[in-house]
Amino acid sequence: MKSIFQKIIVGLVLLPFTALADWGLNLTRGATTISNEIYDLHMLSLWIVTIIGIVVFGIMFWSIFHHRKSKGVKPATFSHSTTVEVIWTIIPLAIIISLAVPATSLLIKMHDTSEAQITLKATGYQWKWKYDYLDEDLTIYSALDEKSSEASQRDSGINPMEVDNYLLDVDNLIVLPINTKIRILTTANDVIHAWWVPALGWKRDAIPGFINDNWAVIEKPGIYRGQCAEICGKGHGYMPIVVKAVPMDEYKIWVAEMKAEQEAKKNTSGMVLTMEELMTKGETVYKAQCLMCHQANGQGLKGAFPALAGSPMATEPAQRLGHIKQILNGKGIMPAYGEQLSDVEIAAVTTYERNAWGNDTGDIVQAKEVAEARTKK
Amino acid sequence: MSTLTQANDHDHDHKPTGLKRWFFSTNHKDIGTLYLIFALTMFFVGGSMAMIIRAELFQPGLQFVDPQFYNSMVTVHALIMIFGAVMPAGVGLANWMIPLMIGAPDMALPRMNNMSFWILPFAFALLISTLFMEGGGPAGGWTMYPPLVLQTGAAFPFLILAVHFLGISSIMGAINIIVTVFNMRAPGMTLMKMPLFVWTWVITSFLLVASLPVLAGGVTMLLTDKYFGTSFFNAAGGGDPVLFQHIFWFFGHPEVYILALPAFGIVSQIIPAFARKPLFGYASMVYATASIAILSFFVWAHHMFTVGLPVKGELFFMYATMLIAVPTGVKVFNWMATMWKGSMTFETPMLFSIAFVILFTIGGFSGLMLGITPVDFQYHDTYFVVAHFHYVLLTGAVFALMGAVYYWLPKWTGYMYDEKLGQIHFWLSTITANILFFPQHFLGLAGMPRRIPDYNVQFADFNMISSIGGFAYGISQLLFVYIVIKCVLGGKKAKALSWEGAKGLEWTVPSPAPHHTFETPPKLTKAMLEH
Repeated sequence: MKSIFQKIIVGLVLLPFTALADWGLNLTRGATTISNEIYDLHMLSLWIVTIIGIVVFGIMFWSIFHHRKSKGVKPATFSHSTTVEVIWTIIPLAIIISLAVPATSLLIKMHDTSEAQITLKATGYQWKWKYDYLDEDLTIYSALDEKSSEASQRDSGINPMEVDNYLLDVDNLIVLPINTKIRILTTANDVIHAWWVPALGWKRDAIPGFINDNWAVIEKPGIYRGQCAEICGKGHGYMPIVVKAVPMDEYKIWVAEMKAEQEAKKNTSGMVLTMEELMTKGETVYKAQCLMCHQANGQGLKGAFPALAGSPMATEPAQRLGHIKQILNGKGIMPAYGEQLSDVEIAAVTTYERNAWGNDTGDIVQAKEVAEARTKK
Repeated sequence: MSTLTQANDHDHDHKPTGLKRWFFSTNHKDIGTLYLIFALTMFFVGGSMAMIIRAELFQPGLQFVDPQFYNSMVTVHALIMIFGAVMPAGVGLANWMIPLMIGAPDMALPRMNNMSFWILPFAFALLISTLFMEGGGPAGGWTMYPPLVLQTGAAFPFLILAVHFLGISSIMGAINIIVTVFNMRAPGMTLMKMPLFVWTWVITSFLLVASLPVLAGGVTMLLTDKYFGTSFFNAAGGGDPVLFQHIFWFFGHPEVYILALPAFGIVSQIIPAFARKPLFGYASMVYATASIAILSFFVWAHHMFTVGLPVKGELFFMYATMLIAVPTGVKVFNWMATMWKGSMTFETPMLFSIAFVILFTIGGFSGLMLGITPVDFQYHDTYFVVAHFHYVLLTGAVFALMGAVYYWLPKWTGYMYDEKLGQIHFWLSTITANILFFPQHFLGLAGMPRRIPDYNVQFADFNMISSIGGFAYGISQLLFVYIVIKCVLGGKKAKALSWEGAKGLEWTVPSPAPHHTFETPPKLTKAMLEH
C-alpha cells in the first residue's frame, strides 16, 4: 500500500510539470478529405447538442431558481398540453433529420472503395500487424518498437515521458503514397483486432476469416500514428500502427528498397555465426517477438504462457528439433514464425532460449538446421 | 411474549426471525432488502475493481498490475456493476415498492422471488472465484467476443455458468413482476392509473424476458464452440465471429434500457413529489417508455458499426438509433415541465433526480453523436464511449437509484435519514463523478482507445485528473453507507407521508411499512390515484 500512496503523491506533485503531455480536447482534422468531412460532421453535431443543452438546462435552471417553495410559489396544477407535446416531438425529429442527411451522403462516400490505385492488406496478429502490399509482392511485419516495449514493462524504471512516441512507435513502419486512392483491407489471423489511424478518419475491425475494405486518399505527407482499437488480449495496448505518407516517387523507391532487403534476408540458411553473435541476435528477436508472452525473464505467466527457463522444451537435447519446429509452426495460441522470421533469426532465437536464464545447454543452433527443420515432417 | 400468546398471535406484523427470516423469506419487503444490500455490496466490489483500473491509469507506464489482470478487472468490473449492482438494486426497489404502489399484499410468486434472489450470491461467488483460477479471470471484455473469449483458461466454463445463473435469476424476477402487476392491482388501480415506476418496471420486465434467453443462447454456443467442436463463431469451420456480436447486442441493447428504464420511473416519482405538482404528460411518458423499449430491439448493430456491415445496414441502424432521441427527449421535456411553475424544495432525492436529468441528458447527447455512423468510425472503442456509457449508467442509473434510496428510506426504516449528510453525499458524488468522467470525452476524441492498461504520454494529464475524480468518488460512497446505517439505527421519526408532496399508496401505510400490508385491498379514493 505504501508504494501506491507514494506514487500517487509523487504524481500529484508532478502534475503541474507534466509539460510533455498536451491537453488535446477534440478530434483532429486528419489528413484525408474524408477525415475532414467527418471532423465537420462531428463539430456540427457537437454544436447542435451544445446549443440544445444550453437552452434546455437554461430553462431548467431558471425554473429551479424561480419556482421554489422558499420563494413562496404556489404550485400550478397543469399536467399536460397537447400543443407543447407535439412541438417538442417535432423539433427533435427535425434536428435529427438535419443530422441524418449529411451523415447519409458521407457514409455512402466512405463505402465506395472502387477504382483504388493501390491495395494494402492489414492482418492483425496477437500482437502485431502484418502488411501485404498486394500489387507489389511485399510483406512487412510491424510490431511495437523496442524502446517502448522495454519501458512498458512493469516497474521498468524507465520514465515513459522520456521515450519518444511511447507506445505509438513500431519497429517497421509502413509507407504509403499521397494523393493516391489506397484500398485498405483488414483481416486477422487469431482474434478480432481493429485497425485505426485517426488521421485517416476511420477504424475498421480486423476479423479472422473475413476481409473488410476501406479506402483513403492521404493529402499531406507526414507520419500518422494509430493503435489497435478492439480488445485482443493482454497485448491490446501494445500494437501501434505507424504510416508514413510520401510522394509517389519516394514511395516507389521505398518499395524497391524493401524488396531488395527482403530478398537478401530470404536466403540465410548458409550463414554460420558464433555463439556470441547468435546470442545477441537471438536476444533482439526474443525481445521483439517472444517477450510479450514468455516475459523478459523467460518465466512466462502461470496458467497462460508457459515458462521457457528450465522447461524441457528449451533444455533437453531430445526436444531440440521440436523446439525449432514449434517456433516455425506455432502451437495453440502461439503463432507460427516460420514465414515472418528468416532461418538465421530462428536459429538465433532458439540458441538464445536454450542458453539464457540459466538454461545453459551450450547448444548452438545454426541457420542450416532451421532450413532442414522446415522440410522435416 | 410467552409461547401461548405467540400461538394465538394474530398481530399482522409477526415475522420469523434470524436465519429463517432472511434465508427462507417469501416476503417482498425482506427480499427487497436482501436485493438492495446485495447490490450495495457488489457496488463496492465492482467499485474497488474500478479503483484498481484508475490506479493503473493514473500515470503512463505499468505500475501495479499486469495487462492480463488489468483486462480481467475491466471485464469483471462491468459484469459486476451491470448484473450485480444496478440490476439487483432495481429489482430490490421493484420488490419493495411495486406491491405497496399497486395495493397488493405481496409479489404474486413469493417462493420464486426467494429463489431468484438466492441464485445471485452463488452466481457472483462463481464469477469472482474465477479471478483466482489458473490463467486468471475472464479478460476479453464483458462483451465476451469470440475468438478472444475462447482463449480464457479454467475460468471459461465458470463464466458461462455464472452468466446463465444471472439470466435465470433476472428472468424469474421479471416474470414475477409481470404476473404481480397484471393480477394483483387493487380494484380501481387501472393500468393508466399506475405510478410510472410500476409502468417502467413492467416494460423493463418484458425486455428482460425477451432479451436474456438470447444471451443464454449465445453463451451456450460459445461453450459448445470451445468444448464440443461446434463452429458457430469459428470462420475456419464455416462460422462467423460477428454472429456472436449480433446475438450479444440483440440482448445488449435492450439491456441498456433494462438498466435505464427503472431509473426513468424513479425520477418520475421523485420530481412531482418535490415540485408539489402532478407529473407532466403521464400518458406520453408511458408511451415514450414503451417506444424506447420497442426501438431498443432495432438498434443493436450501432454497437458494431466498425465490423463491416453493408452500407444499407449501417444506414438502417443509424436512423433507428437517432430516432430513440425523440421519445427520450419527450421524457426530459416532461420532467422539465413538471418542475415548471412547481413549488420546489431540494432534499437529497430531488437533488439526485435533477442531477440525473442533466447528466443523463449529457450521456444522451454523446449517444446521439455516437449514433452518427461515419463519425462513430472515429469514436468507436475510444474513451469517448467510456465517458458516454458511464454518464448514462453512473450519473444516470446509479444516481437515480441513490435518489430512490433516499426517497423511500423513511418508509423502509421508519426514520428520516440525516438530510445534511445526504446533501453532502450528493454534492461530493456529483462533483467527483464529473471530474472522473468528463475528461474521458477529451481523451477519446484525442485518440485514446478503451481497454488499454497503458497509454501515450499525451493522454497523461486527463487520465490523472480522471483518476483523482475516481478515487474521490469511491471514497464519497462510504458516506452513503454511513448515512444508510445511521438511518436504520434511528433518527427523526418518519410520518406515514414522509414527504409533503409525495403521492401514491405507499405513503398511506405507516413508516416503517409493517411486515404485511394490504392484506385486504385498499379502497382507492380519487386523491390516492393522483400521480
